[in-house]
This record gives sequence, structure tokens and C-alpha cells, in this order.
Amino acid sequence: MFPYVIKRVLATIPVMTMVAVVVFAMLRLTPGDPAAILAGDDASGAQLEQIRRTMGLDQPILTQLFVWLKQLLQGDLGVSLISGTPVVSMIGSRVAPTISLALATIVLTIIVAVPMGVVAARRPGKLLDRTVMTFSVMGFSIPTFVIGYLLIYLLSLKLGWFPVQGYSPIEKGIGPFLHRLVLPTIALSGIYVALVARITRSSVIEVMGEDYIRTARAKGARESTVLLRHALRNAAVPIVTVIGIGVASLITGVVVTESVFNLPGLGRLVVEAVLARDYPVIQGLILLFSFTYVLINLTVDILYTVFDPRIRY
Amino acid sequence: MQTYGRFFRHARALLCAAAVMVPMAGHSVAQAETLRAVMQSGLRVMDPILSTAFLTRNHGYMIYDTLLGVDSDFKVQPQMASWTVSDDGKLYTFTLRDGLKWHDGEPVTAEDAVVSLKRWAEVDTTGQALMTMVEGIDAVDDKSFEIKLSQPTTLVLSGLSKLSSRPAFIMPKRIAETPSSEPITEFVGSGPFKFVEAEFQPGISVVYEKNEDYVPRDEPSSWTAGGKVVNVDRVEWVTMPDQMTAINALQNGEVDFIQEVPFDLLPLVEAADGIKAEVMDELGAWTYFRMNHLYPPFDNKLVRQAAMAAVGQEDVLKLLVGNPEFYQTCGAVMGCGNPNGDEYGAEWVVNSDIERAQSLLKEAGYDGTPVVLLQPTDIAMLAAQPIVLGDALRKAGFTVEMKTMDWQTVVTQQGNQNAPSEGGWSIFSTYSILATSGDPFGNTTLSTAGRSSWAGWPDVPEIEALRLDYARAATPEEQKEIAVKIQKLAIDEGVVGPLGQFRIPAAYSTEWTGFPKAPVTLFWNVQKTAE
Repeated sequence: MFPYVIKRVLATIPVMTMVAVVVFAMLRLTPGDPAAILAGDDASGAQLEQIRRTMGLDQPILTQLFVWLKQLLQGDLGVSLISGTPVVSMIGSRVAPTISLALATIVLTIIVAVPMGVVAARRPGKLLDRTVMTFSVMGFSIPTFVIGYLLIYLLSLKLGWFPVQGYSPIEKGIGPFLHRLVLPTIALSGIYVALVARITRSSVIEVMGEDYIRTARAKGARESTVLLRHALRNAAVPIVTVIGIGVASLITGVVVTESVFNLPGLGRLVVEAVLARDYPVIQGLILLFSFTYVLINLTVDILYTVFDPRIRY
Repeated sequence: MQTYGRFFRHARALLCAAAVMVPMAGHSVAQAETLRAVMQSGLRVMDPILSTAFLTRNHGYMIYDTLLGVDSDFKVQPQMASWTVSDDGKLYTFTLRDGLKWHDGEPVTAEDAVVSLKRWAEVDTTGQALMTMVEGIDAVDDKSFEIKLSQPTTLVLSGLSKLSSRPAFIMPKRIAETPSSEPITEFVGSGPFKFVEAEFQPGISVVYEKNEDYVPRDEPSSWTAGGKVVNVDRVEWVTMPDQMTAINALQNGEVDFIQEVPFDLLPLVEAADGIKAEVMDELGAWTYFRMNHLYPPFDNKLVRQAAMAAVGQEDVLKLLVGNPEFYQTCGAVMGCGNPNGDEYGAEWVVNSDIERAQSLLKEAGYDGTPVVLLQPTDIAMLAAQPIVLGDALRKAGFTVEMKTMDWQTVVTQQGNQNAPSEGGWSIFSTYSILATSGDPFGNTTLSTAGRSSWAGWPDVPEIEALRLDYARAATPEEQKEIAVKIQKLAIDEGVVGPLGQFRIPAAYSTEWTGFPKAPVTLFWNVQKTAE
């Protein structure tokens, strides 16, 4: 196992290098000029030229790439072309809301979706199963922002239980932190609950026909033991895979939810940086997201061995 | 407070949740003297001399001060300084008023003002024009400085009191010595608010604290003139990408002010209790389209006139604004409501006259050369114009090719001097605030020096000569006379196509009062009327 993990970690280096070069090239080929954004749309051509020189954007693309890669090797992601803030601190200030929302969403998803899927799988086609699947279809079908607005209208504006928007750092108290996280978490969980419940249901139904389930029942095991100890564990590999993908996509940007609830997360930072053609910020974020995917894939692969000891690396 | 109180009432059973809510009550009380404002976008660029962005300018008014201000009658008034002018009009002497201090406690000196003005004049259009007539700007002593001119001009006062992009903000000498092509990195001003750097999150939130050392003028506040009296401890600017969220937050008491309410959401604000919608900039903005004078088909004056005749302002404004309470048609290039505004040619500029457009196209021998029309889709206030323009041009007989993109790409494309068939453009539309468009230097569209002027690159030497005459004019009456001639030429030569004027309302909680009515967003004199 250990050599496998080392091998996988080392494999991230060429992957990240490729990502870095491709992202750099794509950004420079995309129309846009950070100097124009910095100076405003009334700026004269001469002023723009001066600003481009100051930013180093008048240099050949290869020179710019070399400078950036050199910075990267020194662990420096550069500074924002627009605000002058170091990219690391910009990302750092936006990570907490995103991670908080992602973790809360995944926890809520697992708590709700896995039992839903198992319950539905127990008697496929019966009322409970159909009810669960109806909720699941709704979760897939209703856009997150619609759920968000409905929650805000009901629980914030009408009942006054929760604030409409905003993020409160955990340093300012666990209470405000959780209070502001409730609505976005519920809104965002809808689609993930639907997805994980369906996967759980189909995986459990599949293993319920296996010989070892029949054996367990023949030995007189209770139905709950059969479901949880034998069926669910053996159905876990696809569930873990879907949850892993969910975590990665949550961390790499939930722009709509962050916008509806005004959370200053990474998703919004990506959009802002792209619209402003803030190259160093976009490059830093894409590198972070790529690394996140690599790391989560590795974690999921390791978890396979926990749930299914037959899997060996 | 209200939110948490109601939460407790409705959810007594949720003891665990209730327990974690307790710390928030104290948090809310601590912010009682804080005004929370949702601004149109997130502040990222902090240098109001480098950037012409409106938000950066508003940030400038928070922490910096200007030597002169303008009141609602467009009269220049003393702000940081008073002035005298010699009999021949060639020597202005400015004297700083008492009590001016930088946020770091140091006194403001005349040398600070001199260096700040020089940096401003390097990049600002009015400043650049002024500098062609300046023989020297020099400090006389710590409190006064002189501007020596080669000839009399009103640009000294109009430039130093400039309202918007770019106002001549005064900075400490060490900061103002930053080259004008580089953003400043230290944010110390002498204005009524202090910038709280530790709490700044670019694009997300900006915090300003009351500058306790600021001594306001005694005169009543009017636009950027008069007393800037601060009645709050803190002003927080927050950014909300979703305007619906901003309105919900205002209704829920989480924010106090929204700088711009989208027209389609205005009914929600008007129907809500405890919220008032009000236009702060009563002059408003004008929208217009610009044609590329370098290449066919708009290198031909008759074709430009045809395009201007084809499009009707009412069609644009109905789609853009909808509610006639907030828009008006206007043919004046310098804006209706501005002292210099003149509506020459309004009869065919304001209304759509397809027959006239077709006749002009025929006379011009238009050969069907495609018109490349840039269409931004991500900014509501800029998305409607290309749709109406494209439709009107097609009806007149133009071949139109719409290029859809985000606004920042349009901004980049604006400077592209390639032919439309080689990645360039033929038409784009935008808008500007009227307060800065009322003179031929603040109005960017009236720079007509060919390739060195603003996007569109019109080459009309007569207008350039008149702009110089305007700079040399000694009285407002003379200026108006010249401005009328400039506007006539601008319409006849198809320099810019006015598409109408509109005013964007703000919204605020009725717990607050005193929001200054001005073409720029200001936060002095605002006070809380209820707890």
C-alpha cells in the first residue's frame, strides 16, 4: 500500500506540470486584457501600454511562462494583477467558506442519502421506494438556486430563523458559523442527496441478490444486520466513488450557491478572476483544483481497500 | 437581533441550536453604528488615479479629499483649499484650510497637493489638456501653492473639482510619487473615512472607519462641496453577486443600503415595508453607441448618419429600463440636464427614421459590408442596446454580424484597431454618467484626434480645435457657445450616437436618513434615525 501511495503522489508532479502549462497557454490565448480592467474602460491606448509594461504583459508569452514557473518552484503563486494581493492569501481567505460548505453538505448528504437508499432498496418498487425515488428525482430536477430562494423566503424572511446571506468565520464563534451555514447546506445538499440515494439504492439492490446475502439470511441474521453489515458494506465502493466526486466538485466551485447566499468562497473567486482576466489568480486556482481532484481520487482509491479487502494495490 | 429573537420564539424546542445562537447577539450589538452598503461590484482596484472605475472613484471619496468641490448648481466651491486668481487669469494661488491631517496624523502640506496634482494630470484627460497651458505648479510655503499658466483657462477650476473619473484626489507626497502607470500600495488619505486595511477582502468587502481628526467645512453639504460630516463609526461595503439576495438582505435588516437596484426588481423594493427606493444621482447616465471610423462601412459619414437615424432611443430605453419614470430621450451629446447640453439633430437622432436611414445608405453607396456589433451579455445595463441596434440596422438595410461576449472582452476589443473582418469591430455601446459628460474633456467620446483618441478613433480636426478653444474660454457663457458647436459637429460627423438617458435608483432602510444626492455615491451626512 505505502509504495502505491508514494507512486501516486509522485505521479501528481507531471500531472500538475501539464495542467500548469496548459492553463497558462489557454489563458494567454483567450481574449482579454487585465490592463484594461485595471485602468477602466475610458483609459487611453498609451496608458494601457504603460500598465501592460508595468505588469510584464508586454513580454513574450514564453518569457512570462518561464517567470511564472520559476515562481511556482519557489512556492510563490504570484500576486493578483488587479488588486495586488498575493494569490496565496486571496485563496486562503476564500478556502474556509468553501470547505465548510462542502463538508457540511457531504455530512448532511451521507446522513440523509445513505439511509434513504438502503430503505428504498429493502423493498424495491414498493411505496417507500417510490417515495424515496420521487424525492430523488425532485432533488435532481429543482435547481439549487430555486431551493435557495424558497428556503430564504420561508425560513429567513417569513419565519426569521436564519439570516438571508453571509458567512461568519468559525473564529467569531461556532454559533454564528453554523447559523449562516444551515440554509446553503440544505439548498446544496438536494442534488447530492438525490445522487447518493439513487446510487446507494441500486448498489444495495444489486448485492441483495448475491449468495452471501442468502447465506446470511439462512443463518438467521436479522434483516437490519443483513442490510447494514453485509449488503451496505459490499455496496460501498460505488457509493464512496460518487461521494468522492461530490466532494471534489463541491470544493472546486459551487458558484450558484455561493452567489445566492453571498458566501465568499472559491467558486466566486474563480468567476471574478476569469471575468477580470486575473491570470495569476486563475492559474493558482486551477492548480489547487487539480491537486484537489488528484488527492480525492487517491483517498477514494485507498478507501476501496477499507470497504473491500479483496482490493489490493 | 431581530433575526435571532424570532428564531428563539419559533424554535424553543431546538435547544441545541438555541445554545449556539447566544454569542451572535453580542456580535450584532457591537455593529450598531455600522452602515452596511451593498455596492454595484467588489472593490479590487484601489488607486483612483490609475483607474476610472466608478467603484474605485467612490472609494476615493471615502478616504481622500479634493482641493475643490462642485455643488448641485455645478458651481466650483472650496473644499481642502480656497483660491485666488490674478487679474490676467494666469496665476492661481491655492491656500489649504486649517486642520487638514493625513490619516497617519501628519499635516497635509502644499507639496503633497502639488505632487498629487502632477500625478493626476499625467493620466486624466482634463489634466492633460490643462498641463498644455501650465508653466509651473509650485509650493509657495507649507499651506499654499501656485499654478502658473501661459494663458487663462477655466480648466484649472473644472479640473481640480472634477467629480468623476478621475477626481483630483490629494495624497501624501510619498504615495503620490508612485508612477501613474503603477498602482499605489499604501492607502492613506485625509478624507472623512479611514480605510481599514486589516479587514479588506478584495472583491468581497471593504471597511471604513470614521476619521475622528477630520474637520468638516461649515457650509452645508452639496455634492462634493460643503461639510462632510460623518455620523457613523463604520461603513462596510459588501459585494453581493446576486441582486435578489441583496434585496432579501435589505428586507431582513442585514444590510442598510443598496447602491443600484435593477429595474426588474424595483417592484419588490417598492412593496416592502421599511425600505425606500430613491434616485441618488438625479442627473443619471447616458447610453450611446460608438462606430469604428477607421474601416468600412463606418469610415463614411453618410453611413454613420444612417445608423444614427435607424435606431430609436425609446426602443432602447424600453428594453433597457422599462419604467418611463427612470428614463428620458435626449439628443444632446453632452447630456440633457448639463449646462452645456444641446439637442442639435434630436429629431433624427432620438427617433427611429428607417426611411431616412435607407436613403442615406443609398446615397452613400453602401455595398453590404458586414457591421460587426459587439454584444456583451453579462451586464444587464449593457445587454439591451446591441439587440435594439442590431434590429434597427437590419431594418435599414445593413448586414449585421453580432459578436456575443462578456463585457471585459468588449473592453479589450475596444482598443483593437484591426479591420472588422480581421478580428476588429464596427459598433459597440456603453454608458457613462452625465456629470462627467458635460464638457469636451470629461466626455470621452469627444476626443477626435484619430487613432490616438478613444475607441472608434474619429478624426475631426474641427472638434479638436474647438476643444482647445473651450479650454481657453474665460467664462461659462463662452464655453457653452463652443460646446454647442462641438455637439453639432459630433452629430453631423457621426462621432457618437446618443441612445437616451436613465437614472438607476438606490434602496435603503428607512432607519437611515441623509444619503447625499449626488452623481457619485457618498456616505457622509448619513445618520441612523431609529435603533
